[in-house]
Amino acid sequence: MSVELPKLGGKFIQMEDEIGSMASIIGASIGGLKSMTATSGPGISLMQENIGYAVITETPCLIVNVQRGGPSTGLPTMPSQGDILQARWGTHGDHPIITIYPHTVPEIFEETIRSVELSEKYRIPVILLLDEVIGHMREKIDIEKVDKNKSFKRKTPDVPNEWFFPYERNSSGVPAFADFGEGYRYHITGLVHDVDGFPTSKPDQIDAFMKRMFRKIDDNLDDILDWEEYELEDSEYMILAAGCVARSAKQAIRTLRDEHGIKIGLLRPKTIWPFISSVLIDKAQDKKKIFVPEMNMGQLLLPTQRFASSICDILPFNKINGEAIYPHELVSFIRRNI
Amino acid sequence: MEKNVVHKYLRKNKKFPHIWCPGCGHGVIMSSMLRAIDKQGLDRDDVAVVSGIGCSSRTPTYVDFNTIHTTHGRALAFATGLKLAKPDMTVIVVMGDGDAVGIGGNHFIHAARRNMDLKVIVYNNNIYGMTGGQASPTTPSGKKATTARYGNIERSFDICELAKATGAVYVARSTSYHVQALEKYIHRSLSKKGFTVVEAMTHCPTTYGRLNKIKEPVAGMIYQKDHFIMKAAWDKLPEEKREGKFPMGEFVDIEKTDFVSKYLRLIEANKE
Repeated sequence: MSVELPKLGGKFIQMEDEIGSMASIIGASIGGLKSMTATSGPGISLMQENIGYAVITETPCLIVNVQRGGPSTGLPTMPSQGDILQARWGTHGDHPIITIYPHTVPEIFEETIRSVELSEKYRIPVILLLDEVIGHMREKIDIEKVDKNKSFKRKTPDVPNEWFFPYERNSSGVPAFADFGEGYRYHITGLVHDVDGFPTSKPDQIDAFMKRMFRKIDDNLDDILDWEEYELEDSEYMILAAGCVARSAKQAIRTLRDEHGIKIGLLRPKTIWPFISSVLIDKAQDKKKIFVPEMNMGQLLLPTQRFASSICDILPFNKINGEAIYPHELVSFIRRNI
Repeated sequence: MEKNVVHKYLRKNKKFPHIWCPGCGHGVIMSSMLRAIDKQGLDRDDVAVVSGIGCSSRTPTYVDFNTIHTTHGRALAFATGLKLAKPDMTVIVVMGDGDAVGIGGNHFIHAARRNMDLKVIVYNNNIYGMTGGQASPTTPSGKKATTARYGNIERSFDICELAKATGAVYVARSTSYHVQALEKYIHRSLSKKGFTVVEAMTHCPTTYGRLNKIKEPVAGMIYQKDHFIMKAAWDKLPEEKREGKFPMGEFVDIEKTDFVSKYLRLIEANKE
């Protein structure tokens, strides 16, 4: 990006640390730019406080986290899916968040664009969660598929300054964003604030603010959630997996179907937070078992159990040795457990 | 027509009173800043005031500009992003001493090194006032804080020396007693391009003052009057007479190209 951005009139800066990186992209977004940062391992922990700031101030921005083994310095740079729950709950305090989890390089390309749009549309930081396996992979992308002239613009206010409420409670739940310097002089704070942007400690105002923050996401799940169904149509068994594990799962499904006659399919969340709970409940209905392979000790397993444990059996497969999960491992695990 | 020039820049829709304790020097610094902005003739729409966390960092709440109250210590990093997005905006960063050179010390030295065109005003009350009077990096050795009840055994930072060493183009110190000098230095910093630092010494009657026997606000002002000496006089002072006294005035005033100007040139040279 340091090479490409100046050519397009964009700005790149290498900050002194990841805390500063996260802060500066929020500052840039307040100034009206689409902004992003990227990190791996400890860097995402350093960003957490200011991710919360972006949530409460409803400042659009994109954070790319290419997961590597942890905790701490952990495994630079070997694969892990250890940050799935941190992406949801990494910053302190109750809050909504959007996290997108692509599984191929072309999908990273498409989902990055979608992530920025979601972020601008719902005024929320979006985390693009990647696996190291995909992060270091080279695959073809089709740039022509993207319409370069179609660029998502955030909703900005069109009322006179004195009518402007930076955090108004409108029907969409998403207030218009006034970029700094456009004549709307207002206040942005990490304190809970009322519609006028100033801090409040009044319970009714706090309640209205917090609930709107959740509502703007909860009311738009149709737009935000995305997932892939692979060979699910006639399947008796289901794998729920994300990222590079979903690629191994697809390969394993081919082998299990073609060589062993096992009717199995894959449900792959592309939007991982908010979770695809209604889709899972629907797909789980006619399944004998759900397998949840992941490169951690059961982070995707938790929401899967939460929504589907009363419907069918759920079996985890966990690998945390710094290697990817291979298709043959899934094939033998699933054959042993059906 | 406002009788007082400061009123022109205060937010009419903000609920006063402010959160500062009676006798606190922070209001003096804020009004000096507002008079300096007025003197500089800046359009309110083209001014941003960014702060971190702490007593001083509530300043943006009260002033009618584009204002951001950020996270503790990180104001300069937020301001860096904003300045890159809005190169023509005057970005003023107000921080406390703990905010600027404690938790935010790393951002301070790097924003100075980079020469980001940010106008820093540090409200230095020698203590973490809002959180209950803990020792800050500028609490003088021997002075008391709630986390240094037997007297601070650490050395304290000289913010002006730090700013000078890390590359600020303008560095000055005044106090909430020396109001005219303070306004003059802030005004001078606003007229310069690059990373500028004005350290404004202020008294905290509630925590620092109470623990160090200068709890009366007037005593705090007299302390500043007696202990801060203009640089020219300070330079002539023999070493033994400098004990317990501090220099004030303008310490650095140089020209250097700032980061954003350089980056805009880089874009110009490489654009497709």
